[in-house]
Amino acid sequence: MNRLRAFGAFWYDFVVGDEWSVAVGVLAAFAGAAALVRLGVNAWWLVPAAAAGLLAVSVLRAARS
Amino acid sequence: MAEVTPFFLFSAAFLASAVEMVEALTIILAVGVTRGWRSSLTGAASASVALAAIVGVFGPALTLIPLDVLRLVVGGLLLVFGVQWLRKAILRASGLKALHDEDAIFEQERREAAAGPSEERLGLDWYAFTLAFKGVFLEGLEVAFIVITFGTSQGRLGLAVVGAVAAFVLVAVVGVAVHRPPSRVPENTLKFGVGVMLTTFGTFWGTEGTGAKWPGGEASLLGVLVGVLALSLGLVAVLRRLEGRSEVEAVQVAA
Repeated sequence: MNRLRAFGAFWYDFVVGDEWSVAVGVLAAFAGAAALVRLGVNAWWLVPAAAAGLLAVSVLRAARS
Repeated sequence: MAEVTPFFLFSAAFLASAVEMVEALTIILAVGVTRGWRSSLTGAASASVALAAIVGVFGPALTLIPLDVLRLVVGGLLLVFGVQWLRKAILRASGLKALHDEDAIFEQERREAAAGPSEERLGLDWYAFTLAFKGVFLEGLEVAFIVITFGTSQGRLGLAVVGAVAAFVLVAVVGVAVHRPPSRVPENTLKFGVGVMLTTFGTFWGTEGTGAKWPGGEASLLGVLVGVLALSLGLVAVLRRLEGRSEVEAVQVAA
């Protein structure tokens, strides 16, 4: 059980990293863009804008801490 | 569907591999110098074979996934990776996080290797083998991930592998020649570059995966690259200014 937990923790750390909010933000941006495309809006701008926001917030939060 | 130029694909695999191989080389050298080369190199070679097997199995398997779905998943993963690589590189470039000192890491790894237990298995110094294997495997896993994702998203897995192998050979030749970690490599600059590339491609492919169309098609990739680079350099400048201001305030308070 401990090995399974360690295995899961390793892959969580590898994929999600030390800031889970970045992964959640990326998922939300993709979902939002896909939803807008379904509504007929070519939302090519949403993911770059979200990426810029996530990077800036992530860096400034780390700098403050 | 836009096609990324082979140059960008090769560069991303080469740079990411070079950065990780420098860190792996430091561990191999420290273990080799302290505990002997046979076990250290056997561990490194075994890890390389394991990584090649991962690329060999998952690379072709991923090509079976529809391209739009693949780019959505790959784009998401690259974006998460890229933002985190960039965050660390930006903090290091602005002086808020210590730069990697390969010489200091080498000395620390050497002390730890010397203090490790002696146990022989399969005719090898098992501690040295394990240390070298883990070092190469863990550092190489990110390279394998980048090679697989970039290669399969472009249908050019072979070119991505060539980029990674070229970096591996270059770093190995330098390691054999100098027997010291290549501490003069501008590691943070390379990491900064890889972070910019991962974030750029993650944004580009992720957007395509959602079904949105880039205005200008492939030409937009350059725009995204310039935007990510400008934002990153801007953040470095802002943090340096803030850091300078807080130092001045600390001096004033102390005075």
